[in-house]
Amino acid sequence: MPGDKGNLQKILESGAFSVSAEIGPPMSADANFVIKKASELKGIIDSANVTDNQTAVVRMSSIAASYLASVNGVEPVVQMTCRDRNRIAIQSDLLGAYALGLRNLLVLSGDHQCFGNHPQSKNVYDVDSIQLLGSLKRMKEEGVFMGGSKCKFPAEFFLGATVNPFADPEELQLIRLRKKIKAGAQFVQTQAIYDVAKFEEWMEKVRSLGLHKQAYIIAGIVVNKSLKSIEMTQLVPGMLVPDALVERMRAAGQGNYDSEGVSIALDLIAQLRKVEGVSGIHIMAIGWESIVPTLVEKSGFLPRPVIE
Amino acid sequence: MIIAEQKSIDEIISSLEGFKSAVVAACGTCVTVCMSGGEKEAIRLADALEIEAKSRGGCLKTSVTCPTRQCDMEFLDENEEALGSAECILSLGCGAGVQFLAEKFPDKVVLPGLNTEFIGVNRDIGYWTEMCQGCGNCMLAKTGGVCPVTRCSKSNFNGPCGGSSSGKCEIDPDTDCAWQLIYDRMKRLGRLDELLEINEIRDWRTSRDGGPRSVVREDVR
Repeated sequence: MPGDKGNLQKILESGAFSVSAEIGPPMSADANFVIKKASELKGIIDSANVTDNQTAVVRMSSIAASYLASVNGVEPVVQMTCRDRNRIAIQSDLLGAYALGLRNLLVLSGDHQCFGNHPQSKNVYDVDSIQLLGSLKRMKEEGVFMGGSKCKFPAEFFLGATVNPFADPEELQLIRLRKKIKAGAQFVQTQAIYDVAKFEEWMEKVRSLGLHKQAYIIAGIVVNKSLKSIEMTQLVPGMLVPDALVERMRAAGQGNYDSEGVSIALDLIAQLRKVEGVSGIHIMAIGWESIVPTLVEKSGFLPRPVIE
Repeated sequence: MIIAEQKSIDEIISSLEGFKSAVVAACGTCVTVCMSGGEKEAIRLADALEIEAKSRGGCLKTSVTCPTRQCDMEFLDENEEALGSAECILSLGCGAGVQFLAEKFPDKVVLPGLNTEFIGVNRDIGYWTEMCQGCGNCMLAKTGGVCPVTRCSKSNFNGPCGGSSSGKCEIDPDTDCAWQLIYDRMKRLGRLDELLEINEIRDWRTSRDGGPRSVVREDVR
């Protein structure tokens, strides 16, 4: 039905703490890949982000994989980057996504194509992520396309954006977050948090600007399976992983890395859910999706609320 | 100015296959300044091509001429005789020069000797960087004199993407993040508040997306 709300929005609006994860579409046309992931997550999470050709590697489209997830019991958050489509293609695809019953949309710039498997390609960036949010808000509220013509039956997505609390310069990043929310972001997912103390400081600034009351702030975490994985994460630009956590992983010793990774993730979740202004948790279990049910269960998030 | 780089001898000599003579046409403006297509480079290239042709068992006769500008018909007219004196023309002008020569000599093959790179500046000896895309709707007043259309890898209009780190762009640690530069300038100028304003979606018709462009100035016609 037009205008009806998705599960994620209903949960957040009810004041309940949301729990979400990711479904990375396959680098193939294999529907069963998505169906299997969805079946593992059904009833465990409120929604799953379905990535849009992440790191610029060609994968099944976010919208197609989102649809497969939705008919297999997991509400998707469609992702749309500005890298690959101009405003005609973006709007067309999003009308289609909405027509298929998809209700959540996360808007991103998209990793530059130089990181992926088609570095030879042309990029688009006809609109940027803030412009896209603004345009989709206008479509929702005023029923108009970006070009100004009327849309009789607009797509009315629950709009999301991303933010990295640890990116520099902080002042500029906060300006950008304010712009994203002003443009139309209703929820904001953060980059993976390892340094809770630093995140608390950032949230204080977010709260002082009142941003947590204008958009739901959802804290992201990554769960690491090995020492190498947390060490690599520490090297990613814009990621802040305290040495103490890497040490903790190392101290656990070979053979115990996966259980220590879970233990670290559980501790982070426990701390993050207490931070004032945080409305939900988003678990990024890159390459280790099967661990999500364990994390959700051990965090005491089950059963997930059902809101009519 | 327009920055260009010479193509490899290999590519140029391949494109000249079958010709016995060629005029190497230099250009006296941008490509002279960026040392890729001036008279000096044309003479050096002409010699190199003759030697290369010989080493491949062929024979190529070259001559050199240097119009003041290849992008103005009056200078091509001035050099008409020299330019037309061989079987083909190898232009060391930018893409505009090559095409204008082709218009001037409809019955001759005109070949490019350079790759035209960008509109940019000279930062150091032998070091140029891109500054302008000629998008036809300059927004530098809003961004502290740093162009995000050109210098942000994603042409972001409203701030840095998540890939900006320590002032550098995600694509390359040697490339500055344009939005870091914009932030630094606006902060220094005490105009940071202006960055809160959302730059609305752009009308790209003023850029190449609107089709090939032309400028008609009645006041100077």
